[in-house]
Amino acid sequence: MKLPDLAELAVRNLRESVLRNSLTTIGISVGVASLVAMLSLGIGLQQLASRRLMKSGLFDTVVVTSRRDLRNFNRDQESSGPAPGESRILDEATRQEIEHMPNVLEAYPDIRFITELRYEDKPHLTMVAALPSSAQSTDAFDALQGHFFSSHTAPEAVIQKTFAEELLGKTPKAGLDETNVATLAAPLLGKELTMRYAQREAAPSAPTTAAKENAAADQALAGAAYSVVSRELKLKIVGVADLDPESMRGPTRARVFLPLKLAESLHVMQPTDLREISRAPTDQPVYSSVSVRVKNPSQVQTVEDAIKKMGFNTFSILDASRSIQQFFKVLDVFLGIFGSLALAVAFIGIVNTLVMAILERRREIGIMKAIGASDGDVKRLFFAEAGAMGILGGIVGVALGWAIGQLINLGTNVYLKRQSFPPEHFWSVPWWLVAFALVFSFLVSLAAGLYPAGRAARLDPVQALRYE
Amino acid sequence: MSSAGNSQPNGAPAIHAEQLCRHYRMGETVIRAVDGVTLEVRAGEFVALLGSSGSGKSSILNLMAGLDRPTSGGVTVHGHNLAQLSREELARYRLHTVGMVFQSFNLIPSMTLSENVELPMRFAEIERGKRDSRAREGLRRVGLQTRMNHRPSELSGGEQQRAALARALINRPQLLLADEPTGNLDSHTGTEIMNMVREFNQQLGMTVVMVTHERALAERYAQRLIFLADGKLVSDETNLAFVRSGGTEQDRR
Repeated sequence: MKLPDLAELAVRNLRESVLRNSLTTIGISVGVASLVAMLSLGIGLQQLASRRLMKSGLFDTVVVTSRRDLRNFNRDQESSGPAPGESRILDEATRQEIEHMPNVLEAYPDIRFITELRYEDKPHLTMVAALPSSAQSTDAFDALQGHFFSSHTAPEAVIQKTFAEELLGKTPKAGLDETNVATLAAPLLGKELTMRYAQREAAPSAPTTAAKENAAADQALAGAAYSVVSRELKLKIVGVADLDPESMRGPTRARVFLPLKLAESLHVMQPTDLREISRAPTDQPVYSSVSVRVKNPSQVQTVEDAIKKMGFNTFSILDASRSIQQFFKVLDVFLGIFGSLALAVAFIGIVNTLVMAILERRREIGIMKAIGASDGDVKRLFFAEAGAMGILGGIVGVALGWAIGQLINLGTNVYLKRQSFPPEHFWSVPWWLVAFALVFSFLVSLAAGLYPAGRAARLDPVQALRYE
Repeated sequence: MSSAGNSQPNGAPAIHAEQLCRHYRMGETVIRAVDGVTLEVRAGEFVALLGSSGSGKSSILNLMAGLDRPTSGGVTVHGHNLAQLSREELARYRLHTVGMVFQSFNLIPSMTLSENVELPMRFAEIERGKRDSRAREGLRRVGLQTRMNHRPSELSGGEQQRAALARALINRPQLLLADEPTGNLDSHTGTEIMNMVREFNQQLGMTVVMVTHERALAERYAQRLIFLADGKLVSDETNLAFVRSGGTEQDRR
């Protein structure tokens, strides 16, 4: 019998005893739903954990420094590639080159400097860092009071909670930090900070009395000449961050953040500038280090290797997340087993339904055989019925599982909100889980149909027809 | 409609049973339902198997239909030695070579008449368009063109048996096996059915083997009467009554 005919007959037969088959299908649905619910909980928790890790920037960031900067993160000097003196300069062109590498999300210069900020005529000394606009999506700004920078170049600042406390003259309590950011932010938002900084300013070529043959060399060195000027910039406080966006940086962490493009345009004097004065000038900005964000932590190694090949030093934290992944694999297996238990019950339900159907349709099977159905035809028909129940149960089950997930997610978030935690996404039903659940329920149903189908196929037509 | 039966020269053996036995074991006792029957049916012949209940006539029919296998001996139908066929081959044989009609009609109750008639063509993997037109044609031939979308339960016994006849003939078999086809019908509708069977026998040259316990019915329609008792062949005679009345029709062909 051809497949469309088979499917048609199977569906017709299922409709004939609609109550029993619906109940069996609901059984499958519940099984699939419990499997989907369990697995999506596991996946959701895993994603939650890796999202946290991802947002921390620990696992998807490669820090690139020039080899000329002899202070390397790694203890061992890179033995391959060019010697520090001959290596490339980490300038804007290089940054762009890195940014256009495959799997690289963005590459932005690390601009950070210690400087003085005045608030209500009181000086405060702190580390200032530039943030790319992509930083908005990191965890630290989930609970941001106020708002993020209005543009790349806006003279605005986001300050960290501890700095806000300092500005307001509050001493942070030791131990549990329970200060409410909102109360800190209220008096500060919209206020002005005056930042004083050292600007590097390209000096006009110094008039020289040297011989004409030196002119060319002079020309080459001219760009490297600069003066350092003290400047002031008024910044508007637009946001107060609750969490520390730079928790990984340890003691040198910044407490005031500026938009990246604004920081770049300030040409703040950097320590490396002193060293770079000896090299040929470029009209491009030169950076002491560039942070490279990679699309996926698994690609960090490849990107790192590629950058090393260009002749730079790199630094990243790898592998730390691997044991976490392993834990979640084990968790998924356990949740999957529990979820499958309900499906096992459904399996027995299908077997029962089909065996009952054989008893009920004994005569019909006999008739079909008498008019020329082969054993295979009968077997396939019962298979198709089991499979159809499986597909239907799978679809309903996935929907049901998804709904259960949403419900639990909702409930948990209501609870979290009461405990004044930010809402989280514990639940995730990726498309592959949907596909897996559907295929799995189909296969389980076929397996359940194996015995009844075989029994129906072996039915003796003479006996079946005699049966009145 | 060209029947495969026509390709066989009239009088060539359509069925040949040789020392056919079918024994059932029931606990300690062995029931000899068919016990050493040897007979031959020529193509195009209309044969009636007569006997009281338990005489083995239905068992012989089942063996000829390939629904059952002989305990010993053999039966060859249109060149198919049924004892040697695999289950799969037997199913194909039932599908293409034999059509069956039963006392209790045996239509599938959940299907409409046209679906019932179509079912053997589904097993034969005939394409849908062809199936539809053939089913319609088959039902028209038995006068049920207006009942195609009715379920069997909505029809009279006679109509159901006509539909069963249409189904039996839909794959154009060479042999029609009828097991008490009028057993559940009143005499008027029974006659109607039998006239149709005779028509198929005479016009399509289809071999017919009919099991019945009604001697009068057999004498009226069959060319040959085979009497069975206790699984054994008691007598095998040409139906003189038939030869005198309608038999001439058959002789002319």
